[in-house]
Amino acid sequence: MTWWPGNYWWHWLFFTVVLIGFVLVMVLMVIYVERRALGRMQSRLGPNRTGPFGLFQPVADAVKILLKENIVPDKADKLVHWLAPVIAFAPVVLIFAVIPFQNGALLADLNIGILFIIAVSSVTTIGVFMAGWGSSNKYSLLGAMRNVAAVVSYEMPLALSVVATVLVAGTMSLNGIVAQQTIPNILLQPLGFLIFFAAGCAEINRSPFDLMEADQELVAGFHTEYSGMKFAMFYLVEYAEAVAIAAIITTLFLSGWKGPGLPPWLWFIIKIFVVFFLMVWTRATFPRVRIDQLMAFAWKFLFPLALINLFITAGQVLIWPDGLPWYVIFINFAIAGVLILFGSKLFKLGWGRSEV
Amino acid sequence: MTTTEMMTFKTEPFVLNFGPVHPSTHGVYRMRATLDGEVILDIEPVMGYLHRGIEKLAEERTYSGFIPLTDRLDYISPMSNNLAYCLAVEKLAGIKIPERGDYLRVIMAELQRLANHCVAVGSFLNDCGAYYTPFMHAFREREKIVDLFDMVCGQRLTYNYMRIGGVSQDVPDEFLPALKKLIGQFDRFIDEYERFLKQNEILLARTKGVGVLSKETAINCGISGPVARASGVSFDLRKVDPYSVYDRFQFDIPVGEAGDSYDRYRIRIEEMRQSLLIIAQAVKGIPGGPVRADVPHIVRPPKGEAYGHLEAPKGELGFYVVSDDSIAPYRCHIRPTSLINLTALREMVKGWKVADLIAIFGSIDITMGEVDR
Repeated sequence: MTWWPGNYWWHWLFFTVVLIGFVLVMVLMVIYVERRALGRMQSRLGPNRTGPFGLFQPVADAVKILLKENIVPDKADKLVHWLAPVIAFAPVVLIFAVIPFQNGALLADLNIGILFIIAVSSVTTIGVFMAGWGSSNKYSLLGAMRNVAAVVSYEMPLALSVVATVLVAGTMSLNGIVAQQTIPNILLQPLGFLIFFAAGCAEINRSPFDLMEADQELVAGFHTEYSGMKFAMFYLVEYAEAVAIAAIITTLFLSGWKGPGLPPWLWFIIKIFVVFFLMVWTRATFPRVRIDQLMAFAWKFLFPLALINLFITAGQVLIWPDGLPWYVIFINFAIAGVLILFGSKLFKLGWGRSEV
Repeated sequence: MTTTEMMTFKTEPFVLNFGPVHPSTHGVYRMRATLDGEVILDIEPVMGYLHRGIEKLAEERTYSGFIPLTDRLDYISPMSNNLAYCLAVEKLAGIKIPERGDYLRVIMAELQRLANHCVAVGSFLNDCGAYYTPFMHAFREREKIVDLFDMVCGQRLTYNYMRIGGVSQDVPDEFLPALKKLIGQFDRFIDEYERFLKQNEILLARTKGVGVLSKETAINCGISGPVARASGVSFDLRKVDPYSVYDRFQFDIPVGEAGDSYDRYRIRIEEMRQSLLIIAQAVKGIPGGPVRADVPHIVRPPKGEAYGHLEAPKGELGFYVVSDDSIAPYRCHIRPTSLINLTALREMVKGWKVADLIAIFGSIDITMGEVDR
């Protein structure tokens, strides 16, 4: 950190402020990108009236939602209902504490950074479940239950694909993982990337796994009973999580801040937007899966593939202990293709209807 | 707590109200669903939130004065409603329609079928969770049809175009070229739509084998239209009891086998293609001449009764009109397609998941204006 003269406390203060600002601004930008991109894909315009190109639309929305009345249902568990958005929001910001914006520019370069992320990100689920439980609304409860089921299941393939990346990098520090990637991990770990992307989408309720707030079925899922600022918090959580997953994917698989020409932090943000655009694209394209299909996909498809991927990666790391050579890219792409083909041949969804 | 105690958690079914205000009930419909977790044990439909007493209103209006009200029944396909009512009254009064009027009626009815199926397929896919993309694309195409209707009668939703004895006015000169252009565009649109969705894995998983309606149940419940045809009932009034000039056109009746949501979706797509064929033939063969028979504004049919029905986009739509030799119908009963198609919903959704309830409900394609009247 040669470019940063500050002492410990200055560093702490600076990055706390920057992180919160970064998350808030990114969320606004990402909402704008999503609405415009979705509009284009759905052959409509999207917001284009507020400010140049509709850029201020998220700001206008935020102001509107801040001025809204805060309604708490009569039979809600008041304390839980109040706390839920906070508990859901805090871990998402914490995730950014260990993500490097450029070389060494991060709040805390933990040597177990990725472990920290996996541990912390699951806490959001508790907030979501509190929201579902505390609202005393059956839609909310169903949505929250779905969320817990999905997160518990998808944590497995997610963590396993991360472990494979860690094996390749030989470190758990995110800064170290980026520094080590001379070849981006997406090329060395194509299968791991796909698994992480799918599992990540499921973790943060992105389509086609957005069952927790399936608006066609559960009105708005766990945040049906929220309004005003508390609703805004959940909205913030949703998109901050999307940014977080995009940032993690950027760091783990897309060689983070590395890139030619532009300044590193700009590369980092560009890559986040690219990954986020992938999510938007998926959302505009696919119908939603059903809850049993969601579970089947996690346990019968992603989990075995992630395990096999881990074993293969471990083997490769044993063979080439000083870092994987470039020709492994072709081997791994071939393996990924074959495994996905076989996996989808063997994959059966199983039951859908129960006898009543 | 011991292990055995933990294993035997007491669970009980709970009741969840879908509607009357809910994003996917296509109006103000309400289902009281008894759920065991995500599984649907039973549903109980609650109807009547949109009841406007349209059948009673018919008794206080002249025969032609009732036509605008038929627009408000199935507001997704008003042309078919207009036509069905006019057919009934013409049958009662024994009125013969000029040929050009009949051809225009067929063209409008088939365009209406296209527009309706666009809405049906789009909102069905939306109910499956496809986030508005198929919906918006289908609506974009429907917009072109609505533009044509606008050209013809100046309205975009409640057309009020049919009259007893024909149609209200001849089409403008630019209508037929615009229609020909639309036929070409629409064919390409259906191909594009099919490429996106026909083999979509998630769509297949969500709809194949889901919400099966057996042939027997379909017949016993009196279900008609695409829903019945998807279950293998080859019943289409355009073939079985040809009205207007449908006997002059060549077209097929697509029939499904499985009776699941996917078949209902496929049947609608195939019907759109057949409708295009019919329209193309009608445009080719349309004769000149008057569009409306010489019928007085206030019709006074002789004492008697008549049932006029047609193959509306959603199924058999019938009007039963009784005349007591006055200027207003003595009684007008409507056979609502949506209501009757909805009767089998309970059998179709039992045992499926909450998400399937919405998808199956969407695949039936109902309009609440018609269910409650």
